[in-house]
Amino acid sequence: MIKLDPNLCKGCNICMEFCPKQVYEQSKTLDRKGVHIPIPKNQDKCSKCDLCALMCPDQAIKVEEDDEQ
Amino acid sequence: MEETNESPFMKYLRKDRLPNIFCAGCGNGTVLNTFFKGMEMAEMDLNNINMASGIGCSSRIPGYVKCDSLHTTHGRPISFATGLKLGNPNMDVVVFTGDGDAAAIGGNHLIHAARRNIDLTVICINNNIYGMTGGQISPTSPQGSYGSTAPYGTFEKPFDLVELVSGAGATYVARWTTVHPLQLANAIKKALKHKGFSFIEAVSQCHTYYGRKNKMKSPLDMLKWMEDNSINKRKADKMDPEELAGKLIVGEFVNKNQAEYSQELYNLIEEKSGNRSKSIKSAYMGD
Ligand SMILES: Cc1ncc(C[n+]2csc(CCOP(=O)(O)OP(=O)(O)O)c2C)c(N)n1
Ligand code: SF4
Ligand code: SF4
Ligand code: SF4
Ligand SMILES: [Mg+2]
Repeated sequence: MIKLDPNLCKGCNICMEFCPKQVYEQSKTLDRKGVHIPIPKNQDKCSKCDLCALMCPDQAIKVEEDDEQ
Repeated sequence: MEETNESPFMKYLRKDRLPNIFCAGCGNGTVLNTFFKGMEMAEMDLNNINMASGIGCSSRIPGYVKCDSLHTTHGRPISFATGLKLGNPNMDVVVFTGDGDAAAIGGNHLIHAARRNIDLTVICINNNIYGMTGGQISPTSPQGSYGSTAPYGTFEKPFDLVELVSGAGATYVARWTTVHPLQLANAIKKALKHKGFSFIEAVSQCHTYYGRKNKMKSPLDMLKWMEDNSINKRKADKMDPEELAGKLIVGEFVNKNQAEYSQELYNLIEEKSGNRSKSIKSAYMGD
């Protein structure tokens, strides 16, 4: 499971661009802060490489190890 | 196991100060993550780490970390860090600095700390510009790049920080960028464990100033530029200087063992006075 904290995310899209599995999608709507917060839509493709969490400059992402369906 | 929805790095951060002040997509936050990752890989304890920084966007990093830190004057963090290390050589002292902080106003402190081989880990976030003050040209701005003080492009020849500190005597030197977070974390791990002056150049994006003035407006444009222009040292060693013009050579440049300054100083005190100095340390310890 990808947990993305909308209070920390600033919508820079680094996670979306660098995820090797194209897990994230651009949201069509703006949030309260005027930010497009990426949606971790294709979670079944996630390889849990943790790259998105390591690159996110705002510590907004957690990649959870165990999927409890 | 603690069950939270938070980033694995949140436990090291002063949560009440977040979100951080950096522009969306600024590389400073990524470099901070790689520091935590490197610290975990080195199995170092944040309680034994003391950070020092100067002034600049990059120098605001220690303020977000749950450890003791000194936010000092512009260009001087290495001097404060030297004092910390000599007061208590058992402490792991880490400096976060910028290209302006370390190589312009603080250039002298940088080369002399390297010359002395004092056991500090200096992480210099090189965004090729003065970010905090509005995009002035720094000593690392590439020739021809634009800044608010170079509307026609700078004609100055920049410092290569890796060459500068290597020449001055640093005993661990590496350069990576924010598109190489794992390699950067690994270099920080080695730098933390290294006994001597360690210098990490973390090339990073200031899209707000460097990017905007140099046709790379978004953080993604800048990351792409770093990705496209980075060449590993092993490959670069076999290439001509002309082929390497405008490229970022990344990798490990120096890794050697030499006498370390704080150890030498404490040994000398012991030799001359007959006992291990605890004079400065005892000042912290009350009765
Ligand atoms: C003695 C002194 N001179 C000048 C300044 C103004 N000043 C603040 S930050 C800075 C440059 C910062 O550049 P850098 O170290 O590269 O940090 P960045 O913001 O790019 O991360 C300058 C010139 C100051 N604060 N103090
Ligand atoms: S952990 Fe790796 S694969 Fe999964 S979303 Fe993050 S970057 Fe993509
Ligand atoms: S990298 Fe972090 S801040 Fe940037 S869009 Fe993704 S979650 Fe948001
Ligand atoms: S001005 Fe540049 S260095 Fe400073 S926070 Fe913004 S992007 Fe980062
Ligand atoms: Mg700078």
